[in-house]
Amino acid sequence: MPTIVVDVMPKAELLDPQGKAVAGALARTGRTGFSGVRIGKRFELTVDGPVDDALKASVKEIAEEILSNGVIEDVVGIHYEVTNAELAEEASDAASVTDDGFGAPAGETH
Amino acid sequence: MRIGVITFPGSLDDRDAQRAVRLAGAEPVALWHGSHDLEGVDALILPGGFSYGDYLRCGAIASLSPIMTELVAAANAGMPVLGICNGFQMLTEAGLLEGGLIRNDHGSFICRDQVLTVENASTDWTGDFEAGQQITIPLKNGEGGFIASDETLDRLEGEGRVVFRYVDVNPNGSLRDIAGISNARGNVVGLMPHPEHAVEPGFGPDTAAAMRSGVDGLGFFTSIVKRALVEA
Repeated sequence: MPTIVVDVMPKAELLDPQGKAVAGALARTGRTGFSGVRIGKRFELTVDGPVDDALKASVKEIAEEILSNGVIEDVVGIHYEVTNAELAEEASDAASVTDDGFGAPAGETH
Repeated sequence: MRIGVITFPGSLDDRDAQRAVRLAGAEPVALWHGSHDLEGVDALILPGGFSYGDYLRCGAIASLSPIMTELVAAANAGMPVLGICNGFQMLTEAGLLEGGLIRNDHGSFICRDQVLTVENASTDWTGDFEAGQQITIPLKNGEGGFIASDETLDRLEGEGRVVFRYVDVNPNGSLRDIAGISNARGNVVGLMPHPEHAVEPGFGPDTAAAMRSGVDGLGFFTSIVKRALVEA
């Protein structure tokens, strides 16, 4: 089952009070050398079907319209990943994997 | 006049808003987020609270609720809509008001009686005030820092859409001390402070006259009632 990872960060020019508090804690505990900390969000979306262009377009729309608010945040990355278990399964059954690695096994209908 | 107050999972101040409506002489109508029926109300209030536990972003999931489809259509057709605190956050998330609300710059939740200047007394919700009038109503939020691009801020100020500004103290890092704004038409108003908590003697902010006697919030609700009478 493919996992789609969407990374969202507060806009760079905005104060990030959470990151600032963590940076303060680092300094208080003697962990020097870090000039700043910023905290964002990571969303993991799983899908049952194939990851095709239509789905990717849908993910982009969701990331920009719902998962982030463009006034205060930026979508900094959308990644398409498979889990370690799935990678192992693919490696052991390479013949059934389609070109992009996310397709259904040969013969399965949708 | 019938004024709908929409309750979401996690709304806190819906009953207070209903009470404020009643004290202003209108009939409050309890509406539910999961419905698509505005039940024929004449105006709408999005109350304060922590809808959906502030998950994702404050007001973000609530802004996708079923009833918001009807609310957005009604607002765009001119129905008066007031968003208080979490309701203000919903209105920005729904795209009815510009800008956004982020965590207070000092990182802490704040609760205080807050002095505001009413900058625009010609919106649907501020007609009972004078421009420049100072009012005191409670403020209580963790994510009330109003932000927008410089270009948006300039436009909001140029068009008189900054409706309320913080006085004396900027409690949350809001840009240009902005406490509340309106849409271009003036029927949709959102603000972080809570007028519904300053509508009845004995339960409002302290004043020079007596403890808890402040009722400066009542003007929001009487404004909308009088506006309806004028139109009728």
